[in-house]
Amino acid sequence: MPSDLAALPRLAATSDPVPASPALRRARRVRAVGAALTGWGLSLPAGLLMLAIILIPTLSAAVLAVTDYQLGARSVRFVAGQNFAELWNDRVFWRAFTNTLVYTLMTVPTSVALGLGAALLIESDPLGRTTFRTIYFLPVTALLVAMATVWEFILHPQLGLVNQLLRPLGIIGPDWLSHPDWVLTSLAFIFVWQQTGYNMILFLAGLKAVPSELYQAARVDGADRAIDRFVMVTWPGLAATTLFVVLITTLYSFRVFDTVAALTQGGPANASNVLLYNIYREGFVYLRTGYASAMVLVFLAMILVVVLLQMRASRARGRA
Amino acid sequence: MTRGWSAGRIARLAVLTAGAAVMLMPFLWGFIASLKPAAEIWSGRITFWPEQMHAVENYTEAFRRAPLGRFLLNGVIVCAGILLFQLLFAIPCAYALSKTRFRGRTLIFGAVLVCLLIPIHVTAIPLYIGFARVGLLNTYAALIAPFTISVFGIFLFRQFFSAIPDDLIAAARVDGFSEWAIVWRVVVPASWPAITAFAIFSVTNHWNDLFWPFIVIQSTDLAPPALGVIYFRRDETGVDFGPMMAATMIVTAPLVVAFLFAQRRFIDGITLSGVKG
Repeated sequence: MPSDLAALPRLAATSDPVPASPALRRARRVRAVGAALTGWGLSLPAGLLMLAIILIPTLSAAVLAVTDYQLGARSVRFVAGQNFAELWNDRVFWRAFTNTLVYTLMTVPTSVALGLGAALLIESDPLGRTTFRTIYFLPVTALLVAMATVWEFILHPQLGLVNQLLRPLGIIGPDWLSHPDWVLTSLAFIFVWQQTGYNMILFLAGLKAVPSELYQAARVDGADRAIDRFVMVTWPGLAATTLFVVLITTLYSFRVFDTVAALTQGGPANASNVLLYNIYREGFVYLRTGYASAMVLVFLAMILVVVLLQMRASRARGRA
Repeated sequence: MTRGWSAGRIARLAVLTAGAAVMLMPFLWGFIASLKPAAEIWSGRITFWPEQMHAVENYTEAFRRAPLGRFLLNGVIVCAGILLFQLLFAIPCAYALSKTRFRGRTLIFGAVLVCLLIPIHVTAIPLYIGFARVGLLNTYAALIAPFTISVFGIFLFRQFFSAIPDDLIAAARVDGFSEWAIVWRVVVPASWPAITAFAIFSVTNHWNDLFWPFIVIQSTDLAPPALGVIYFRRDETGVDFGPMMAATMIVTAPLVVAFLFAQRRFIDGITLSGVKG
């Protein structure tokens, strides 16, 4: 098809058994240049924007991380690894770093397990399927800072529904969002409340992709109990979905910021300080731009590590 | 097939209902509190429906205390602006990546994959410095500009466009359409499902975003809903839960109501990031 620009450069690349006439070769070269011009023309605006607002700023953050730049300062000095050395000895940074990891360790297993459980239960019987799916997904559509404010009210030490319900049981509930031992757990709970419905939807999609013949085959093979069929068919069938849900939930957990900024400002005494909140404070409150940029690189490294682990895991699964 | 009320079915319903109660609790409890007078909220008793209806007072107080309508309007302006630019830049690029062959295509696609890994939190500091240099802090432009390119949009549209038959595009070329005309008059009309899903994905993300507005916006007049809630909380003189719950209900309502009306599309849109795998 002569008008199929897309196929032409490929044709030109494969060496023809019959040598092409010079005129034909020239025509092909013109076509290839034309294709390159349209291709670049169409993707250039996007390409330039990627450079300007994603790639160059990322490189700039890496450059800032080895300087002592302070927002508004007139002079900048190259300080090599000094910011990272300071990070190493910064107890507030370590607190924020470990808090982020602890938070992630609390949220990921819980919201993935609950999302999977909800998906399996909802899928197992048509009764109330749509209603439950809607209700479980509802928190995903809610404005998190607003709903965090409502949770703050529910978790209020005296007026809150939770502590009022605990009182008749003889339990004096703590001040969930101001007690150093409970604050991170309370924030993790709010995250799980919102993330479970999201994970449930991904698992529901994954369940639909498991071929139903496999269940019949498992029955023939003597898997009479639901748990046997789950182990033999559902769980292996959901492996790719699970891996992906774990990745997404981990990356979202690393980004925890809204609930901290709205409810605790990192307190009490840094008990709920997390990486992004600490970056915000160092970079935009104390104006220590270079130092905050070093923390940004740590944050980026965490993302890369998780993505690489996920890629390795899915490759290993592909080989198995 | 009716299987009757076996123990398993009842247990399933009981567990799912308990979960549903937790999911719905903040919506219900916040809504009920927004109807109650302060005295009832502070009474220390668990009451469901307010004994004395205080809805009008709480909601007018919420609107008096903060420009909630303005927050919502800002949300609409910012989300619409972002979406418009994202579609304008991502669609032609995705078309070029999926339907044309040219030198440098792999380079651009590689850049897209790298950019997918970089969230706004990484670029925030240099972008802030840039906006400060050109004097654009605390403007709509600062809220919109960093999101005008959606690499995720490029990625998604590229996948969707690959499924459009090559013959359709070849026919348009024979008819003398330029490549730009093909993008807007052939590819876009064939891609509404993907565009709608992406639009919902983009709007919910930016409607809910707090991090970036928190950094670049200093004035109440420009605050999108999430930042508006923060301002409302700061403004609080003494804890007054009634109006505060009323305010949270107002800013939460638009997306929740939209979701209830177009559930399938919302689920597809919001979970878009889940189709990458």
